[in-house]
Amino acid sequence: MNLLDPQGPVAAANSTILVDSVFIMLAIVVPTIVAILAFAFWFRASNPRANFQPDFVYSGRVEMVVWAIPALTVILLGGVAWIGSHQLDPAAPVPGTGSPVRIQAVSLDWKWLFIYPDQRIATVNTLTVPAGAELNIQLTSSSVMNVFFIPQLGSMIYTMNGMVTKLNLRADNEGKLKGLSAHFSGDGFPDMMFDVNVISPLSFPDWVATTAKTDAVLNEESYKKLMQQGIEKGRPTYRLEDPRLFDLIATQHIPPGPGPQLASEAGRSQSGGQDAR
Amino acid sequence: MLGKLDWSAIPFDQPIPLIAGGVVLAGILAVLIWVVVKGHLPYLWHEWITSVDHKRIGVMYILLASVMLLRGGSDAIMMRIQQAIAYQSQGYLPPEHYNQIFSAHGTIMIFFVAMPFVIGLMNLVVPLQLGVRDVAFPTLNSVGFWLTATGALLVNLSLVIGEFARTGWLAFPPLSELSYSPGVGVDYYAWSLQISGVGTLVAGINLVTTVLKLRTKGMNYLRMPMFCWTTLASNLLIVAAFPILTATLAMLLLDRYLGFHFFTNEAGGNVMMFMNLIWAWGHPEVYILVLPAFGIYSEVVSTFSSKPLFGYRSMVLATMAICIISFMVWLHHFFTMGAGPDVNAIFGIASMIIAVPTGVKIYNWLFTMYGGRIRFATPMLWSVGFMVTFIIGGLTGVLVAVPPADFMLHNSMFLVAHFHNVIIGGVLFAAFAGFEYWFPKAFGFRLDERWGKVGFWFTFIGFWVTFMPLYVVGMLGMTRRMQHYDVAEWRPWMLVAAFGMLLLTIGVLAQITQVVVSVRNREALRDRTGDPWDGRSLEWATSSPPPVFNFAFYPDVRGEDAYWALKQHAQEQQLGDHSGPEYQDIEMPRNSPTGFVCAFFATVMGFALIWHIWWMVILGGVGAFATFVVFAWRDHDEYVIPAAEVERIDRINVEERRNLVSLAGTL
Repeated sequence: MNLLDPQGPVAAANSTILVDSVFIMLAIVVPTIVAILAFAFWFRASNPRANFQPDFVYSGRVEMVVWAIPALTVILLGGVAWIGSHQLDPAAPVPGTGSPVRIQAVSLDWKWLFIYPDQRIATVNTLTVPAGAELNIQLTSSSVMNVFFIPQLGSMIYTMNGMVTKLNLRADNEGKLKGLSAHFSGDGFPDMMFDVNVISPLSFPDWVATTAKTDAVLNEESYKKLMQQGIEKGRPTYRLEDPRLFDLIATQHIPPGPGPQLASEAGRSQSGGQDAR
Repeated sequence: MLGKLDWSAIPFDQPIPLIAGGVVLAGILAVLIWVVVKGHLPYLWHEWITSVDHKRIGVMYILLASVMLLRGGSDAIMMRIQQAIAYQSQGYLPPEHYNQIFSAHGTIMIFFVAMPFVIGLMNLVVPLQLGVRDVAFPTLNSVGFWLTATGALLVNLSLVIGEFARTGWLAFPPLSELSYSPGVGVDYYAWSLQISGVGTLVAGINLVTTVLKLRTKGMNYLRMPMFCWTTLASNLLIVAAFPILTATLAMLLLDRYLGFHFFTNEAGGNVMMFMNLIWAWGHPEVYILVLPAFGIYSEVVSTFSSKPLFGYRSMVLATMAICIISFMVWLHHFFTMGAGPDVNAIFGIASMIIAVPTGVKIYNWLFTMYGGRIRFATPMLWSVGFMVTFIIGGLTGVLVAVPPADFMLHNSMFLVAHFHNVIIGGVLFAAFAGFEYWFPKAFGFRLDERWGKVGFWFTFIGFWVTFMPLYVVGMLGMTRRMQHYDVAEWRPWMLVAAFGMLLLTIGVLAQITQVVVSVRNREALRDRTGDPWDGRSLEWATSSPPPVFNFAFYPDVRGEDAYWALKQHAQEQQLGDHSGPEYQDIEMPRNSPTGFVCAFFATVMGFALIWHIWWMVILGGVGAFATFVVFAWRDHDEYVIPAAEVERIDRINVEERRNLVSLAGTL
């Protein structure tokens, strides 16, 4: 999951900017640290060779330099930030080979649901994608906020109930990667890590075909079961009954997932039930 | 009768919080019994609890912060141990407990350690530096302190009665809404912060007014010590920002208590509004903490380099620039929420611009040392340690202000390392530097240097060993707040971080030892002159500890570094006494139990609100209000110290000082 070992163009660009920015700053940070230690050592009270200058309290030249150095650095980095923000806007498309794959990700309590509306399939806690293809990801949440993040593919993005965020990625090399939620979402949060299988574009249709033969069906009913709070250790797959399921979730036609169901909280059951409908 | 409160609120089945709470309770009881049996209660009541003396209130703030540092530090130790062992296992803390611990750690460290520590130092020092006898609103000052203590008490009460929030220290909805957090945890969090927030706000109003309106003769704005400037900037930010926090939490509470929909998923609630509001307070908050820290370093570096601060006006400008820009950068806390590239870039650049005045400050401290005669007493060690550490924190801070870099680092352990780097390396180091530096002023004796240095080196090295590994795991994709994990490459770094925590713990223990040793040797460490460090500003012009009225005569300030100039003048003239005006009667504010009583009722009200005990809410609310009304109706709020008494107290100090000056003259 090393950020400096990118497996796609977005992560590569992100980490290049990250490393470049660090080096730009190190160019002034290292000399400054050295100067601090050197001045502190040389001007120690016990050093008779140090020149005591109690009246050295202002110097126009020094002032100009100390304002100019950080200002110039920030101007340079500001340029990096401006250009980088535009080039790496998560909503901007990332061209790839072959036809783009549409993926709709839903963060549930506490698992990830990935819907492939065009392929009419869905998976939980595994994201399988063809190498080199443009990935158009739409995201929402069934309940609380989460952040979708595959470190080696780059840019993370929030998922929020009743809202859709957009992220475009591309995975260049076949292999297995890891993804996670990068925003705390409750007791099962650490178990929201998911597998990312990057497979060859040729075997992707086979994988789709195999998955489409799954007995389990994802529809409103089974989705409501899935969104109950809990941890999913397995990697279930589904046939997708209605390709508009994501829209129903995102537009809250399917109400948000319920929180913890505490029978003992007598005074709470009324409002709790109301929220869960 | 008791709302939601019943025996199930006490976690009999969870040994860790129960034992921890039990130990704390036993400790408090033991101290109380000792106080009562030894007959110290009247002394405590008259001299401390009801005191409106800014110095006493400052000391109590710092005491509160120190005790809470131990609580927050225990949480930190537990988290580091959990993450060190919870590889492919559940560790020793179940999620519901671990999640409370990191939420409490953040809340306590920011609101009940960092805030009271810096407010305590400001209270203690600023009126002395300004050459005045008290703050603008002495009784309000006491109210502010006791309300802060109320918040701390409520947070700790959650250890044994009920639970604390499991949502993180900013309680983001919708997780913090009733549907997803039905317990009392979030209510403890929100009411603690509402009550202590009122305390912080009145402290802010008080200190702003003090700096703006109460300065001794000749103390122009541009003659004020740097710490007074940063106090002004910090408290202006408090006054501007804390109402936002109060309003935001009020909205969250309305959602939770009365079924409103500000931040719920349903009925048009918007979680992004909470994000914006909480960070519109939260970002200025970090500058509320770090600006006074910069002030402390300015005082310390200048004093121990035996030089005036380099580029004073530049420093003032930088301080006020940070004060203003800090309100324009809050969005960088959520670049990854899907804002457009223009918005992200603008806020990213605005965030970087803050690094300019901050960098200028570093260079000005550097040039203050240049040509100095540096004495490496403990406060100076903390300051040099800060400069080296804080630059790295600044580097990583600017890095996460670059949106594309933040797209990879948001919420990661890298971020955790970054903000600990600036808050420990910036604020906590300053708190310790200020503690060592002003301790003789507050208590009349110095702290043991040897233990102080042991404490510094363990804390300094411990900090690097603990937090550098967190930068690394952040680069390895690890996100924050993980109760357990299965990624092998993270493990070794978590073990190193846990070892670093051990060093940090030894550092804290060394500092506790330092205080104990120093109290024992206080006669040998006694500061008779009131000026143990060869200081430059007016707090050193009076005795240690200062008399209740601070100064027998208002000092007459003729330039920067007022006391330094006074000393030079006295040496030239071979004069050390006041040949000028006669001693006069001094009027000082009377002590008042208003703050304590008010906070007592606020505690009752807060607790009742958390547990829905409505009759008790009314009782507490009416009680707190009545206390104010009684105070407002007072007839006498001042008492007179007769001139003869002022003269007697002042003569002693003048004698000591004359000895110092004549001694210096012979050298």
